[in-house]
Amino acid sequence: MNWLVKTFSSSIGKKLMMAVTGLCFIGFLMVHLAGNLTVTAGGEVFNAYAAKLHSLGAPLLVMEFVLLALAVVHVITGLYLFYRNVMARPQRYAVNRNAGGRTLGSATMPYTGVVILAFLVIHLTNFTFVDKTGTTIFQIVSNAFQNPVTVLFYTLVMVVVALHVSHGLWSALQTIGANHPKYMPVVMAASLIFAVVVGIGFGFLPIYFSLIA
Amino acid sequence: MTQTINLTLKVWRQGGPGVKGRLDTYHAENISTDMSFLEMLDVVNESLTLDGKEPIAFDYDCREGICGQCGAVVNGRAHGPEKGTTLCQLHMRHFSNGDILVIEPFRARAFRVVKDLVVDRSPLDRIIQAGGYISVNAGGAPDANAAPVPQETAELAMDAAACIGCGACVASCPNASAMLFVGAKVSHLTLLPQGKPEAARRALSMVDTMDTLGFGNCSNERECEAECPKEISITNIARLNREFMKAGFFSNAR
Repeated sequence: MNWLVKTFSSSIGKKLMMAVTGLCFIGFLMVHLAGNLTVTAGGEVFNAYAAKLHSLGAPLLVMEFVLLALAVVHVITGLYLFYRNVMARPQRYAVNRNAGGRTLGSATMPYTGVVILAFLVIHLTNFTFVDKTGTTIFQIVSNAFQNPVTVLFYTLVMVVVALHVSHGLWSALQTIGANHPKYMPVVMAASLIFAVVVGIGFGFLPIYFSLIA
Repeated sequence: MTQTINLTLKVWRQGGPGVKGRLDTYHAENISTDMSFLEMLDVVNESLTLDGKEPIAFDYDCREGICGQCGAVVNGRAHGPEKGTTLCQLHMRHFSNGDILVIEPFRARAFRVVKDLVVDRSPLDRIIQAGGYISVNAGGAPDANAAPVPQETAELAMDAAACIGCGACVASCPNASAMLFVGAKVSHLTLLPQGKPEAARRALSMVDTMDTLGFGNCSNERECEAECPKEISITNIARLNREFMKAGFFSNAR
C-alpha cells in the first residue's frame, strides 16, 4: 500500500484530495440550499423537511460523520498546501502584478477558506447543537435572525462562500483532469453561475427569515 | 527618425548566492525605442563599466526568443508586460519616457540567485533527467510514417514542445509551482507513440522530482499560462494530472 500513500502525498495527490472533497461540499451546498429554500413555502413545510431529515436516523448520522471526515481532510490539506506554497517563495517580489490569470476568488482561496471554517463552528453552535425541546427549528432560526447583526454576518459570509466556490468548482474539475476545449468555457461559466446562486440563495435566507418572522 | 526615451531602473543587485541583496536605482538615458530590453541593459552596463562600477549580471543567449536563457521580472511581470514575448524580444517601444521599471530576478525557493538577475534554473534540468526523455535503441532512421500520428495529435504535442524551459511559469506562479513546465514536458512525450511505453514511470518520476526540489503546489491561478512566452496552455496541466492519476492508481509503475 506504499504506492497509495506515495500517490496521495505527492503535490498532485494533495490537490486531488482538495478537489474531490471540495466537489463533495459543492454537492452538500446544493442539497442544503434546496432544503433551506423550503421555507419559502412556509414555516410548517420547513419544519416538516427538518423532521423528515432527522427521522432518517442512522444513515443521516453516518453522512454527518462523512462530512466531518471530508472537512478534516479539506482543511488540513488546504492549510498544509498554503504553508508549503508560502515557503516555496521565501524572498517575495517587490512589485506584484497579475498577468490576468488570477481572480479575486483564486487569490483569496486560503483566507475565504479559514473564514468559512470559523463560520461553520458558529453556524453549528447556533442551529445544530442547541436544545430543541419545546420549540421548532423554524422558531430557533427566526429568533436568531431577529438580530440584524446576525443577519448581516450571515449574509456577508455567504458572499465569502460564493467567492470560494467561484474558483473551487472549475479548479476542482481542472485538478481531476477534466479540461476539454469544448467544455471548459461552459465549466468556467457554470462555476461563476453556481457561485452567484450560492451567494444569492444562501445570502437571501437570513434576510427572508428576518422579514417573515 | 529614431525616438529615444529616458527611464529610471530599480534593479535587484545581489553579490552572490545567499548574500543579502537590494534594489539599486539607475538612469537609462537616450534609449532608442528600437532596442530590445536586453540591449537597453547593455547600454546601462556600458556606462556602469566606464564609471568603474560592477555591471548588472543578467542571463541571455540567443536573443531570438527561442533558447529560454533570458528572463527577469519587470514591474511584477515575468518577461515584462507583453504577451507571448521573452525578455530579449521585448522592445523598448512598449515603454514610455519617464517610466520607472523595477527589475527583479525570477524568484522561487527552487531557483537560487547566482548574481543580480541571474538565477540557477538547473532544477528544471533535474526534472527532465527524471523522465523527460524516451529510451530507444539507436540505429538507422525509421521509415517515415512507420508510426502513424494523427495531425491533430502531432499539433498538440508540438504546442507542448514549444516550451523553452525559461522558468517564467515558476516565476509568475503565486505558489512558485513548476506544473506548467512539467505538464508541457509530459504532454509533449506522452501524446506521441514513442513516448507511450514510458508514460507511467515518467509521470510519477517527474512529479516526484518536482516535489522534492521545493517547487510549490499548483492551485490553478492561471498566471503561468498568461505569462508563458510560448503561450503553453494549462490543458497540459490537466493532462499531467490525468497521466499522474493513471500512473499512480492503475499502472504497474511505482
